[in-house]
Amino acid sequence: MAAEITAHLPPEPDSPARPKGAAPWQDWLFERTTMAFALVVLFALVGILAALAWASVPAFQKFGLGFFVTNVWNPVTMDFGALAPIYGTLATAAIALLIGVPVSFGIAIFLTEMCPVVLKRPLGTAVELLAAIPSIIYGMWGLFVFAPVFGDYVQPVLTRIFGDLWLLGPLFRGAPNGIGVLSAGIILSIMVIPFIASVMRDVFEVVPPVLKESAYGLGATTWEVVWNIVLPYTRVGVIGGVMLGLGRALGETMAVTFVIGNAYKISASLFEPGNSIASALANEFNEAAEPVHRASLIALGLVLFLLTFVVLSCSRLLLAQLAKGEGRTT
Amino acid sequence: MTPTYRKRLWVNRMNLAMSLATMAFGMAFLLWILWVLFANGFAALSPTLFTQTTPPPGSAGGLANAIYGSVIIVLVATFISTPVGILAGIYLAEYGKDGWVAQLTRFINDILLSAPSIVIGLFVYTVYVMQVGHFSGWAGSAALALIAMPVVVRTTENMLRLVPASLREAAVALGAPMWKVILKVTLKAVRGGVVTGILLAVARISGETAPLLFTALNNQFWSANMNAPMANLPVVIFQFAMSPFEDWKTLAWGAALLITLTVLVINIVARTAFRQTAAR
Repeated sequence: MAAEITAHLPPEPDSPARPKGAAPWQDWLFERTTMAFALVVLFALVGILAALAWASVPAFQKFGLGFFVTNVWNPVTMDFGALAPIYGTLATAAIALLIGVPVSFGIAIFLTEMCPVVLKRPLGTAVELLAAIPSIIYGMWGLFVFAPVFGDYVQPVLTRIFGDLWLLGPLFRGAPNGIGVLSAGIILSIMVIPFIASVMRDVFEVVPPVLKESAYGLGATTWEVVWNIVLPYTRVGVIGGVMLGLGRALGETMAVTFVIGNAYKISASLFEPGNSIASALANEFNEAAEPVHRASLIALGLVLFLLTFVVLSCSRLLLAQLAKGEGRTT
Repeated sequence: MTPTYRKRLWVNRMNLAMSLATMAFGMAFLLWILWVLFANGFAALSPTLFTQTTPPPGSAGGLANAIYGSVIIVLVATFISTPVGILAGIYLAEYGKDGWVAQLTRFINDILLSAPSIVIGLFVYTVYVMQVGHFSGWAGSAALALIAMPVVVRTTENMLRLVPASLREAAVALGAPMWKVILKVTLKAVRGGVVTGILLAVARISGETAPLLFTALNNQFWSANMNAPMANLPVVIFQFAMSPFEDWKTLAWGAALLITLTVLVINIVARTAFRQTAAR
C-alpha cells in the first residue's frame, strides 16, 4: 500500500526545486556567471604557478638544477644559487615553530580550559589582534626596539649559557648585534602565535564535553585531561594548525627583511646575518636589472610558492580530516 | 595524600602556571609593540602629515601623497575583489556544494588565503608590469585584489551556508527564480556577515607591503595617475624606516601609526558591529 501511495508523489527534491519555465535562461546565466568567478579562483593559482615558472626559465637554463644546491649569489659575475636563501627561510621558520608551537599550545589551553568566561572573548580577540597588526610594524619594532634589546641583554646571556656546549655551542656564538637569523626567527614566532593558537583553540573546543567530564569524574587533573583526552582527540587538527603557522612563517616578508641582515651566507651561528627567500626578493628585486638576475629572483619566488603550497595543502587536508571525524562539514 | 597524588597535583599546577605564563608572554608582546608604536607614532603626528607630500631627506614634509595613494589603491582593489569574491562564494555555497569543482575551488581558495603575499606581487609583476614596462597603481590594486579575493570568497560561502533551507524554499514556493532567491533572499539575509568579510579583507590588504614593492612601487610626488608609480603608506614606511635620516624615520613612525590604527579600528568594527547580523 505504502509503495503505491509514494509512487504517485513526485520525487523528494534534495534542494529547492528549480521552477521550470519561470526564468530558465536567467537562471542558467546566473549559475554560469557564478561558476565562472569560482573558476577565476582556480585559475589564479594555476596562473601564479605558470607565470612564475615561465619567468624563471632563463635562470634554470643557465644554472640547471644546480641552482637549488649552489651557495653563491653574486650579481657582479651573474652567478646565482638558491641554497643560502632557502636555508635562511627554513632556519627562521624552524625557530619560529620551536618557540611558537609551545607558546600557542599554552595560550590555547588557557583560553579553553582556564580562562574565566568573562575574559574569554576579550582575550581571544586580543590574540587575534596580534595577527591583525601589519607585518611591517613588526619589522620596524624589530629593527628599532627588539634588536638592540636582544643584542645588549639576551644574546650575551645565551652565549654564556649555551656557548660552551658541545654541538649546540656554535649556534650561539658570535657578535651580539641583535640582527640575524635568530632575531628574525623570534619575531616570526610572535607573528605565527596568533594563527596557531586560534586554530588550536578552535579544535580544542570541538572536543565533546562528555569525554572531558568522564575524565574529570575519574579524578583526572586539568592537565591530565588536556594531555590525555583533549590532545589525542584533536591531534590531527593541532598538526594542521602548526602547518598553517609554518606556511605563514615561510612566506613572511617584511618582518624578516628588517632584522635578518641580508647576507647571502650560511653560518654556523644563529647570531650571524642571513637571508630568506622573501627578504631577498623584497631587497633586491627592484635593483635587479639583468634578466638572469631577475629570473633567478623569480625562481626563488617559485621555490617559496611551491614550498608553502605543499605545507598549506597538508595543513588543509589534516584539518579537513579532523572535521570529517567530527561529522561536520568544513 | 599519597606521593603519587601529590606529584600529579604538582605537575598540574606547574603546567597550568606555564599556560598562564604563555598567555602573559603573548599579551606582553602585543602591549610592547602597541606601546612603542603609539609612543613614537603620536610624537610624529602633526597637521602637516596630511597636507604636505613626502620630502627629500633633510627637509620637512608630510605623507599626503602616500595617504591618498594608499586609499585609492585599496579602494580599487576592494571594488575588484568584492564582486568576484561574492559571486564565487555564491557558486560554492548554492550551486557547487559538494561537487568536485567546488571542492577543488574551496581547497585552492584556502591555499590562496595564506599564500605568501610577496609571491602574489611577483605574479602581478610578471604578467602585468613586465608586459607594459612600467610600475603602476593599477598593478598594485590588482595584487591587493588577489589577496583580498580569497577572504571574501571564504566568508561569503560560510555565511550563505548558515541560511536555513526553509528560507530558500519559502521564496521558491512563491515562484521566485533561483537567481532572485539567492540575490534578494539568501544574500540579503547574511549581508552583515558578508560586509564583515569585506571589511576584514580591507584590513588585511591595507597593511600589505610586499606585493606593492614590485607593482605600485612609490612616488615621491603627488600623483593621481593610476597608470604611473604611486605613493602608498606601506612602501613609504619600508623605504623611510630603512633610511639613515632621522626625519624620514619619524615620518615612518607616523605612517605606521596611521596604518595600524586603521587596521585595528576596521577589525574591531567588523567583529563587533556586524556580529549580530552575522550570527542570525
